[in-house]
Amino acid sequence: MINQDTTFLGYRRENGRVGVRNHVIVLPVDDISNAAAEAVANNIKGTMALPHPYGRLQFGADLELHFRTLIGTGSNPNVAAVIVIGIEPQWTQLIVDGIAKTGKPVQGFAIEHHGDHDTIFRASKAAREMVQWASEKQREVCNISELWVSTKCGESDTTSGCGANPTVGNAFDKLYGVGATLVFGETSELTGGEHLVAERCATPEVRDKFMTFFNRYQDMINRYKTSDLSDSQPTKGNIAGGLTTIEEKALGNIQKIGKKCRVDGVLDKAETPTSPGLWFMDSSSAAAEMVTLCAASGYAVHFFPTGQGNVIGNPILPVIKICANPRTVRTMAEHIDVDTSGLLQREINMDGAGDKLLECMLRTANGRLTAAEALGHREFVLTRLYESA
Amino acid sequence: MIHFVVHEEGDSVGTVVVEGVKSGASLNGWIMEQDKVVEMRTASDIPIGHKIALKPLAVGDTVIKYGVDIGKVVAPITTGEHLHVHNVKTKRW
Repeated sequence: MINQDTTFLGYRRENGRVGVRNHVIVLPVDDISNAAAEAVANNIKGTMALPHPYGRLQFGADLELHFRTLIGTGSNPNVAAVIVIGIEPQWTQLIVDGIAKTGKPVQGFAIEHHGDHDTIFRASKAAREMVQWASEKQREVCNISELWVSTKCGESDTTSGCGANPTVGNAFDKLYGVGATLVFGETSELTGGEHLVAERCATPEVRDKFMTFFNRYQDMINRYKTSDLSDSQPTKGNIAGGLTTIEEKALGNIQKIGKKCRVDGVLDKAETPTSPGLWFMDSSSAAAEMVTLCAASGYAVHFFPTGQGNVIGNPILPVIKICANPRTVRTMAEHIDVDTSGLLQREINMDGAGDKLLECMLRTANGRLTAAEALGHREFVLTRLYESA
Repeated sequence: MIHFVVHEEGDSVGTVVVEGVKSGASLNGWIMEQDKVVEMRTASDIPIGHKIALKPLAVGDTVIKYGVDIGKVVAPITTGEHLHVHNVKTKRW
């Protein structure tokens, strides 16, 4: 299905990165700016606001993560141009400066001393110019190695571990072989299989960094847990679907990295990889949080295998849903992009399933809307580390 | 028709992949890694996605799936019985 010469049609951005979508976004720095951001997006058709509940009185590592996530979202190659709106000018400028390093058009507006109406007026003028400029951008032929692909599973059940997740693993092995940039995460969800991931780390340094992040997450869970986490991790949905323990869920999870990929590097939440290969990113196992982190890290397409039927998407990162559960593909058909239930009836083999996913990936990269995009699922969920001051 | 799949030979459990499996039913199982077919009779109703025990398990035994330890048995289990949160728990938390 794919080889070193496979190509797709992408948007080449000012910094050389390639995106598969051409969004113009209105990015609030803080919760105060959501109303103005949504008003701008309503005025200028073809822009999209990304409202969220945070951004005030955060401090330390939690604040750094907030900035890194917003800057990363604006910097993602699926985004053509950005309007940033914040209550005060300094944090607003910080976000603008971070995104400006990519060379793409970005402008910031602060509400303080201006009010909503004047801010909406000025930002709408800038957004209109950006949208008309972006609408003339053309796709060009790009090599498969320039595609960045992330993965996270959700609403998993036992068909995930023997069907949908190994399908992703098969596709990842093939993408790894042609030099793509890949990522997986869900730190707590590796519990029970962390030694298997550690064995796949390319160097002792990578292994140490992975185990440091893994243990940091375990320590946090042990500090705050009030039970054995049954109902939270695995979730009630996982359990209804047949997953019994976190170890079983972890082994299913790990199928997503295939058999051949090495783990070449380790990222903290929302950090951007610096070379091709497979990266591990420390991240929540909550679906929209993790996908939001992948988008902030710079990924262009997302593989989302599901069992019971997860429905989330992301505003800027197209989420491809893969499912091997025959009941889910029947009852939640509008949410599923790739049906691999034939795997469990021996109608197709793992290579065939992996190729089916890669075919959908290429069509998505070339412009085909995923089910989540068509259904308007644009979950933008920021990860917090602790309380605001 | 495949009724349950086993990830690899040596696993103590299979996963039911069709709806409507009732106690006493005769099922076809597919061992995916070795590409072999086996037969088994159920000892309980088992919902789609849930696990079937491939051998008897005693309290304290380790459950093996994907060739690795996925938890401990907390109530006795017979061959063909439904295996889930009522008779198996995590060892980690």
